[in-house]
Amino acid sequence: MRFGVVVFPGTNCDYDTYYVLKEVLKEEVFFLWHKDRDLRGADCVILPGGFSYGDYLRAGALASFSPIMEEIVSFVEKGGLVLGICNGFQILQEAGLLPGVMLKNKNLKFICKDVFIRVERDNLPFTKKLKKGRVLRIPIAHAEGNFYLEEDELHRLEEREGVVFRYVNEDGELAPEANPNGALNGIAGVVNEKGNVLGMMPHPERVSEPLLGGDEGRLIFESVVEWLKER
Amino acid sequence: MSLFKARVYVALKKGVLDPQGKAIGKVIADLGYQGVREVRQGKFFELLLDLSDKEKAEQLVAELSDKVLRNPVIESVHFEISEGEG
Repeated sequence: MRFGVVVFPGTNCDYDTYYVLKEVLKEEVFFLWHKDRDLRGADCVILPGGFSYGDYLRAGALASFSPIMEEIVSFVEKGGLVLGICNGFQILQEAGLLPGVMLKNKNLKFICKDVFIRVERDNLPFTKKLKKGRVLRIPIAHAEGNFYLEEDELHRLEEREGVVFRYVNEDGELAPEANPNGALNGIAGVVNEKGNVLGMMPHPERVSEPLLGGDEGRLIFESVVEWLKER
Repeated sequence: MSLFKARVYVALKKGVLDPQGKAIGKVIADLGYQGVREVRQGKFFELLLDLSDKEKAEQLVAELSDKVLRNPVIESVHFEISEGEG
């Protein structure tokens, strides 16, 4: 399978993501520069984490106007798979491909630690190797991950089962102390209506090998590979 | 062509949590100042424009405000336009 990893000025999780796809999953992977207008036949495009444009204006805002984003919008319209991780999620929100916006973390701090998330949807290209209700231990690293959406739109998002991951405690239960950033309804990841664009704040590429303390994140990338093979 | 100056104010909409404003408000209270009920933090932009008339300037700034300067999900905007650099 062909994976394209998009690089904006200020992206810093690009090599981690590239490494996992190439060395752990042994798949074909290449970088895509933000000024490119060609996705080079990628089956799945990944927007990795980092600080695109130094988070100037709003996190992800300036990157969302890059030339490559126009290509990604038409790729999405044609059903292409797009995964946004952390800053990549924020870019997808600013581009209007995913709902909501990330406010500053409730405690105003940059939080870098392992958290637990619960899988809410297992019938997506990104989650087909996961079971609904499964709890994953996975790191977050962000200052703006406090998911916000106006009440009626939040209701609509929940109605259509657009929430893919929620912050929970180790036992898989929602709890205020298990929600690191104040995200509404504990939302850590959402999918678009069509089911081909996923955004998540936690970093699956950082837990894709036992050597790095866990390998549950790999299941998300492996789900994409399996889904693409069966297509 | 004339020179216009636009001043654009972006603020969080009512009801959107503003932890930064809260922190500033707490510091003000800790300093002993009284009577400050709430602080909300926003953003301020100055745009210098070369355009033929003020109507065009208003159209352009309105468009840029919605497309770039604010995120309509959480932020409201208002702006003022004056002639010259002032």
